[in-house]
Amino acid sequence: MPLRMELLVCGGTGCQASNSSRVLEVLREGIQEANLQEEVRVLMTGCFGFCEKGPIVKVMPDNIFYVEVDEESARKIVREHVIKGRIVEEKIYKEPETEERLPEQSSIPFYKKQIRIALRNCGKIDPENINEYIASDGYMALARVLTEMTPEEVIDAVKRSGLRGRGGGGFPTGLKWEATRKSKSDVKYIICNADEGDPGAFMDRSILEGDPHSVLEGMAIAGYAIGAQFGYIYVRAEYPLAIHRLRIAISQAREMGLLGKNILGTNFSFDVEIKIGAGAFICGEETALINSIEGGRGEPTVKPPYPAQVGLWKKPTNINNVETFANVPPIILNGAEWFSSIGTEKSKGTKVFALAGKVNNVGLVEVPMGITLREIIYDLGGGIKGGKKFKAVQTGGPSGGCIPAEHLDTPIDYDTLNALGSMMGSGGMIVMDEDDCMVNIAKFYLEFSCDESCGRCTACRVGNKRMLEILNKITEGKGEMEDLEMLKELAETVKDSSLCGLGQTSPNPVLSTMKFFYDEYLAHVKDKSCPAGVCTELLKYYIIPEKCVGCTACAKVCPVNVIHGEPRKVHVIDREGCIKCGECYRTCRFGAITRK
Amino acid sequence: MAKYDVDEVKLRQLEEYIDSIEQKEGALIGVLYKAQEIFGYLPKDVQLFIARKLGIFAAKVYGVATFYSYFTMEPRGKHVINVCMGTACFVKGADKILEEIKKELDIKDGNMSKDGLFTVDTLRCVGACGLAPVVMVDGKVYGRVKVEEVKGILDEYRE
Ligand SMILES: Cc1cc2nc3c(=O)[nH]c(=O)nc-3n(C[C@H](O)[C@H](O)[C@H](O)COP(=O)(O)O)c2cc1C
Ligand code: SF4
Ligand code: SF4
Ligand code: FES
Ligand code: FES
Repeated sequence: MPLRMELLVCGGTGCQASNSSRVLEVLREGIQEANLQEEVRVLMTGCFGFCEKGPIVKVMPDNIFYVEVDEESARKIVREHVIKGRIVEEKIYKEPETEERLPEQSSIPFYKKQIRIALRNCGKIDPENINEYIASDGYMALARVLTEMTPEEVIDAVKRSGLRGRGGGGFPTGLKWEATRKSKSDVKYIICNADEGDPGAFMDRSILEGDPHSVLEGMAIAGYAIGAQFGYIYVRAEYPLAIHRLRIAISQAREMGLLGKNILGTNFSFDVEIKIGAGAFICGEETALINSIEGGRGEPTVKPPYPAQVGLWKKPTNINNVETFANVPPIILNGAEWFSSIGTEKSKGTKVFALAGKVNNVGLVEVPMGITLREIIYDLGGGIKGGKKFKAVQTGGPSGGCIPAEHLDTPIDYDTLNALGSMMGSGGMIVMDEDDCMVNIAKFYLEFSCDESCGRCTACRVGNKRMLEILNKITEGKGEMEDLEMLKELAETVKDSSLCGLGQTSPNPVLSTMKFFYDEYLAHVKDKSCPAGVCTELLKYYIIPEKCVGCTACAKVCPVNVIHGEPRKVHVIDREGCIKCGECYRTCRFGAITRK
Repeated sequence: MAKYDVDEVKLRQLEEYIDSIEQKEGALIGVLYKAQEIFGYLPKDVQLFIARKLGIFAAKVYGVATFYSYFTMEPRGKHVINVCMGTACFVKGADKILEEIKKELDIKDGNMSKDGLFTVDTLRCVGACGLAPVVMVDGKVYGRVKVEEVKGILDEYRE
């Protein structure tokens, strides 16, 4: 019996968290029972991107895209679709506005404007089977490079493609390769940066989980281009599934002779080893990462010399991000001109973003450079959750900034985002609505930077902490106008006198929120109020008379005795003396206490 | 090996692992990672043992162990709760969930419940932002957690 159907089940972290492994089992059992295992294959893929609607199951070649599949509907898919060829309507994505069912992935608005290059195989192939990667043109680019191109030609192609580093800085990849090629040394290294430190992002993780070979292939091509024989992938310990799939991929590639000695019978040898990071954001910075691979504390060192000259074990080292490497094979296969025809003048190709926060369709999107924020948030993202009002979108993680509504129509690339006081960063994109307090958000990122500063530079170590103290004061209602001045001054100092990118960018969230949401700072400082109702110390506590049964529980816990009332009668809070500890709010079992 | 005040069987397991490493240079982080997997945390004596085994200063081992947040020098509870404090989870109220968990377990200082059953920790973005806010207990992911659901989740582990 020839294979007539494939069921692709999402095995990304999001879908696995909503039990897609079980869905896979149920599908397999059903198919076994119907004795169709020869004709119908069930396989687990990487993330489809549409995590909001997971678990996802796609049926090929019928090209039907099922969303929110649970055990029950998995059984139905076998019973109806697999056996009888009838589509299970209720599990087809429904367009919220038109209420139309859209069975094809490509017609769903979330996918319409996407161009998937780095994510080309995610959700299409089984990442644990090298043959599937090979069947999708995998390792063809490596073969072409090794047999038809000189290292200089490879570097030239990457330069002409206009590819820039996807790890945040946006440095032209071809130039970096060229610099490392020109450094004279018998031993050189390739490093893949998979530390993914942005605390709200999971692009690199999804590529490693969904298509690990594309990264290995990109690294091998880079190795050939610069003259390196060995590569390291530095992955964070928090990504066990990515590590697991990488291990499988490396051993399969070795078995097939695509890694190791004399690859494809040429005299090029290249092998890869995984190094596990141990939870320090600063290790994403390239010099710190190198120190960490060497087994020490991951502290940055002064540049120059750049890793291209003096890197790992003092040898010339080329370090690129996961997504950067994943872009390389398609550039070789389809040509530099194809790649550079996508995007804007100075930023070519696509960028993967992890779209999250208060948006309807949370997930992973890959869009051409130059798309507007509005298109991403409203067309792909389906707008703001619960019909709330958009307030800001944060890009660039702790190094980036918050962009307000008036700039939603900016076409985004590395340079336009910088001009807005934010950053492309690695691709985190968090949407915020009217319920988010921008002062509190700035504080959140600054807390992160304080935790993660390695402590080498005084400006970064002490300056960030001073700024955080001021923000704490402001959110507690103790801020004064001088504090705002001080905050700005400190921010500039930290930016100017820090050694590495962490300190140089950590004030960005504060500066950008002060620039675009100054009125919220003023409300906290002058009116002692938090317009979004987030900062607990600025909230006012009330007892709702209709709900209060007079149980006296709140009066008993109030540490300053400002709740008055007779037993079984409605109680009242004397707000004058209230210290806003929130004890009464947590204690009341009748939901009679609110805070606004 | 009696001079180390830790479980001997576990220590031997660690020793075997260290002996199996060919390239000892740069291996420290991997060894600490393994040690934490075996012991659940990194007691002082284990650090000392590692230093001697690898032929490096104990101060270096300590310096590395304290630098990386993945490593812990405190014993951990039987179950480890991790609340995701990544940005996506934060804007969806992860701090309220953390507060509720600590309240439910009556944790005021530190991060372990008095009965030693739970350790509460935070981490950043586990890659399931679509399910924010996310809580993990011993590696199992709970998504779209509501404050009201916290007790039920903890009860699953209270036997
Ligand atoms: C504080 C800090 C954290 C960083 N974190 C990451 C990261 O998690 N992943 C990454 O690829 N690059 C990160 N970078 C950028 C790297 O230093 C380096 O520029 C990058 O890996 C180069 O690859 P690319 O040119 O392909 O982007 C970070 C930089 C700084 C200053
Ligand atoms: S800027 Fe901050 S993180 Fe970077 S080296 Fe200086 S102290 Fe360390
Ligand atoms: S918030 Fe605290 S101080 Fe204020 S009324 Fe409630 S218990 Fe009393
Ligand atoms: S994890 Fe399944 S779609 Fe992202
Ligand atoms: S921020 Fe919590 S899963 Fe991404």
